[in-house]
Amino acid sequence: MTADLRGKSAIVGTGHAGFGEAHGLTAYDVMAQSALAALGDAGLKLSDVDGLFCTMMEDAMPALMAAEYLGIQPRFIDGTMTGGSSFVNYLTSATMALDAGLCDVALIVYGSNQRTASGKLVTVSRPPAYEAPYNPRYPISAYAMAAARHMHQYGTTRAQLADVAVAARAWAQHNPEAFERGPLSREDVLGARMVGDPLTVRDCCLVTDGGGAIVMVRADRARDFPKAPVYVLGSAAESSHRQISQMKDFTVTAARESGARAFAAAGVTPADIQVVELYDAFTINTILFLEDLGFCAKGEGGAFVEGGRIAPGGVLPVNTNGGGLSCVHPGMYGIFTVIEAARQIRGDAPGMQLDGIDLALAHGNGGVLSSQVTAILGSQATL
Amino acid sequence: MQVPDSTGPDRIFQRALANKEILLPRCDGCGKYHFFPRVLCPHCHGVSISWHRASGKGRVHTTTVVRQKPERGGDYNICMVELEEGVRMMSRVEGIAPGDVVIDMPVTAFVGEAGGAPAVLCKPTEV
Ligand SMILES: [Zn+2]
Repeated sequence: MTADLRGKSAIVGTGHAGFGEAHGLTAYDVMAQSALAALGDAGLKLSDVDGLFCTMMEDAMPALMAAEYLGIQPRFIDGTMTGGSSFVNYLTSATMALDAGLCDVALIVYGSNQRTASGKLVTVSRPPAYEAPYNPRYPISAYAMAAARHMHQYGTTRAQLADVAVAARAWAQHNPEAFERGPLSREDVLGARMVGDPLTVRDCCLVTDGGGAIVMVRADRARDFPKAPVYVLGSAAESSHRQISQMKDFTVTAARESGARAFAAAGVTPADIQVVELYDAFTINTILFLEDLGFCAKGEGGAFVEGGRIAPGGVLPVNTNGGGLSCVHPGMYGIFTVIEAARQIRGDAPGMQLDGIDLALAHGNGGVLSSQVTAILGSQATL
Repeated sequence: MQVPDSTGPDRIFQRALANKEILLPRCDGCGKYHFFPRVLCPHCHGVSISWHRASGKGRVHTTTVVRQKPERGGDYNICMVELEEGVRMMSRVEGIAPGDVVIDMPVTAFVGEAGGAPAVLCKPTEV
């Protein structure tokens, strides 16, 4: 989105459900519980929703399935599927739809029961034809090759990758909603079972159940709800490929472009951002996105995260809920970057609440570093 | 393997593999190679494409090992090979331990078998 849409929409409700294990529930049950939680947070009802923004992993027409399940008949619907970034991407389409009057109450929602249903990633997407014969393990083989290239080109070390997981765990230890809260050291990560060199199982996100939801309205009525509004100041996407074999430079993601445009729309710079929520499917993601979004130079991400610099008490708070590595990762994590960013701004984060947060960044990743979407959120004071 | 005669880009590529040949598509307009095969050039969007035999000379661009228990087949290599024609594709380096494959290693691409069908594999280049 451009600066014309800066602050035109606001998040007035967030909710989640089924974190960890949602025994006996379907993915759509978890989706619906998340929707109810977010609407309750906003003081709204399902019958108020006239815009639906949804995709899920187990069906080819999930937005229609969700609308039907919820018993609503939305007049605007967006089911664009760019993987885990979809839900950050919906901030743009929801803002446009709200601003154009195509809907008045936008519900962004997701749910999954992948952990209790199968214990692994559930997806209807098929392995790409020119990769499938080699039997890569999706998605880890893709991220492992990106990590290997980054290490080769910039001297990034496995210990630096491990420190991303250690920092995420340190945040999670403050968050009662996080799934993994036990102690985790650099040595634990390095010594864990190798899954796809150079990544061990502790370099990989969790496999959990869970759902999340966000309610958005036009800015002109954003102050009429129980919780402090969180404004969408900028959001932008860039897509570079679908298959990892088509990624032009394994050390540079399209977050460079999505980030630059989101910052331009919001009229702020990385130095202004007080808290950063990144889609950390693997430890290499955090390093790549910190570089590509401009928090450090290309190649310096390893040093940037080393030794607790993004952990509580460090130089930049990153993934303050514990991230996909330690809080929750139900197949697609993107919506939780927005929820945690919004809650830090509202002042009701479930874990460590930081003081005086007015500006936060949420970044979604989809596919295999394929789709990058950046959003900048702000408090009333930033308008 | 019998591949039906047809002119689609994927079919041309697969038929060549079945004949133990690696054919690569090159754009007549801009002169650049591309992979995967398709009906247009992803660089300049030209639609005039011709096919050329790959030299087989390549280099490992990046690599990983899929770790798997021995009873399920054991560890194996996945890599991105960059051919001297300027295209990259997923492949596997054979003939050495999967963990001994390193970035920038010179390799020779050949037609072997993967997933029960002819596929481009690599072996370390003798120097
Ligand atoms: Zn061309």
